[in-house]
Amino acid sequence: MNRLESAFQNKPIFMPYFPLGYPDLETSIDVIEALAKNGADLIEVGLSFSDPLADGPVIQQATQVALEKGITVKKSLEAVKELRKRGVTIPLILMGYYNPMLAYGLEKFIRDAKEAGADGFIIPDLPLEEAEEFTSVAGDMPLIQMLAPTSPDERMEAIARNAKGFIYLVSVTGVTGERREISNDLGSLINRVRAHTSAPVCVGFGIGTPEQAQQVGQLADGVIVGSACVKMIGSSPKPVETAKQFAAEFRGALR
Amino acid sequence: MTTLLPHKFGPYGGQFVPETLMPALIELEREFVSARNDPAFNAEFDKLMASFVGRPTPLTYAKRLSEKLGGAQIYLKREDLAHTGAHKINNALGQALLVKRMGKKRIVAETGAGQHGVASATAAALLGLECVVYMGSVDIARQEPNVFRMKLLGAEVRPVESGTKTLKDAINEAIRDWVTNVRDTHYLLGSALGPHPYPTIVREFQSVIGREAREQMLMDAGRLPDTVIACVGGGSNAIGVFSGFVNDESVELIGVEAGGSGIASGKHAARFGDAEKARVGVIHGTRTYVLQDEDGQIAETHSVSAGLDYAAVGPEHAMLRDNERAFYTSATDEEALSAFQMLCHTEGIIPALESSHAVAEVIKKAPTMRKDQVILVNLSGRGDKDLNTVIKEIGNW
Repeated sequence: MNRLESAFQNKPIFMPYFPLGYPDLETSIDVIEALAKNGADLIEVGLSFSDPLADGPVIQQATQVALEKGITVKKSLEAVKELRKRGVTIPLILMGYYNPMLAYGLEKFIRDAKEAGADGFIIPDLPLEEAEEFTSVAGDMPLIQMLAPTSPDERMEAIARNAKGFIYLVSVTGVTGERREISNDLGSLINRVRAHTSAPVCVGFGIGTPEQAQQVGQLADGVIVGSACVKMIGSSPKPVETAKQFAAEFRGALR
Repeated sequence: MTTLLPHKFGPYGGQFVPETLMPALIELEREFVSARNDPAFNAEFDKLMASFVGRPTPLTYAKRLSEKLGGAQIYLKREDLAHTGAHKINNALGQALLVKRMGKKRIVAETGAGQHGVASATAAALLGLECVVYMGSVDIARQEPNVFRMKLLGAEVRPVESGTKTLKDAINEAIRDWVTNVRDTHYLLGSALGPHPYPTIVREFQSVIGREAREQMLMDAGRLPDTVIACVGGGSNAIGVFSGFVNDESVELIGVEAGGSGIASGKHAARFGDAEKARVGVIHGTRTYVLQDEDGQIAETHSVSAGLDYAAVGPEHAMLRDNERAFYTSATDEEALSAFQMLCHTEGIIPALESSHAVAEVIKKAPTMRKDQVILVNLSGRGDKDLNTVIKEIGNW
């Protein structure tokens, strides 16, 4: 069983997102380590891009700061290596846009990511139609497939058929960021997805509080918390302490 | 999942968007294909082009400019005389008719120079649609008259403060709005850019320029031009006029990018002109030549003309360039401003700063050609919107 499979032994899992390089590289490594050692089951490690068109204001702003402070793909991969050196054992999924990966060189990017200790990729601007270029060189490194509330059944089936690792279900139409309420339709949306796959279904976009996480956790196999995590930790004078509390609190709400 | 129309231009193009948007792109393609095969749709489009836009736009022989340059005979395709002052209206109306067919009520659009924003606001007013236009705050400052026009036409103009605060960031925001409201909103993309089927749809609605121009050249000059020149930001006016001549092998096609302060300065938007910063990449849903740094971050661009100030070029242009069917060059801010003035003085026409880049290439090229040769320039828009910029750049004389 690989790291990713073992992460789903106890469900629902808690999956925070945090971008490397924010508010600076060293702090972001400390924060991700703290999340990992205090309750996160899997972490979406953010790679920054100048034009993050699927992201709301919080993540836009954080990744912009990371870029201004000089984050690069290379430094991000080195940071993943450092996290493994510090004894982080949970799966780390790299979440980023396609162009910086292309600029780095796809084969080299995938090889270096694997070597650094990453467990897979989430690329929001790489839908099924364009994924083959990436998956054909990705070997056993999974490209996590995303589904949306707008995906009709035939697309769900086509996408879920080849799902590796887990399904990233976008809970709302829109960009990343907290919402006041969890959609009433989430249960039926998750059921539609489950009709096509036995892979774990993790829900992201719009989940901001432990209460919402608990609500979603009753339906899904995993809960992804991005903007709320970035905002809470980013605005804290003691980011590492806040990360510890944040992870413990969400983990507590889930199980 | 396969597409109805080819979704790539050689290795370029494609659909690099979040899954949430894929069903909307599939629906749009299906609707476009069915509309183009529907005589009633085409008749409605043609009628609006004639009765509302004022098409066909004239072909003007630029006698004094030709004489002054002392070489090839120069003809201007007068898209500046289209309603709203630029070619953008052709595509805006075409897509707005598609929106009605799809039963959507709201459009979002991006704009750089404001011409596409004005065209979208106009189409929305004409067809009774709600319209939100995203515009970088830098562009709002330099294209103020167009902002006012959009508001008069009933559109909401939302300033974009992120990133470089120009066209690139306006597109990001328009896409974010679209992804949020995709069920009732259409993204009325204004250039031959973005994910499939946009580059094809925009070319098809702009191909009216090339069809008319070819016919008019044969009628007025009795022959095809030797060279067709157009400016290239995203590349919609260029692809529109090129499409009329792309099968005429004798006709040379030249696209002119924004050279800004010069390629060497690094402050420009010449995607084909800068071998160091321009590499094939993916931005805003399409694979094409993109100005970027070595880490794949999209580069800041510069041009005196907001409409050319963009880091990527339409994917079909990338293919035309690779297979050498079209050639691409650039004109600097200074060359464009000087061409702007020359056309004002010799022909009594105030061109848009974007179109002035095409005229700048004419000034370089015409004297190297014989007097029995012919250049066709697509004068994509008029320059009223640019007067503030030009006054600032060349002073009050």
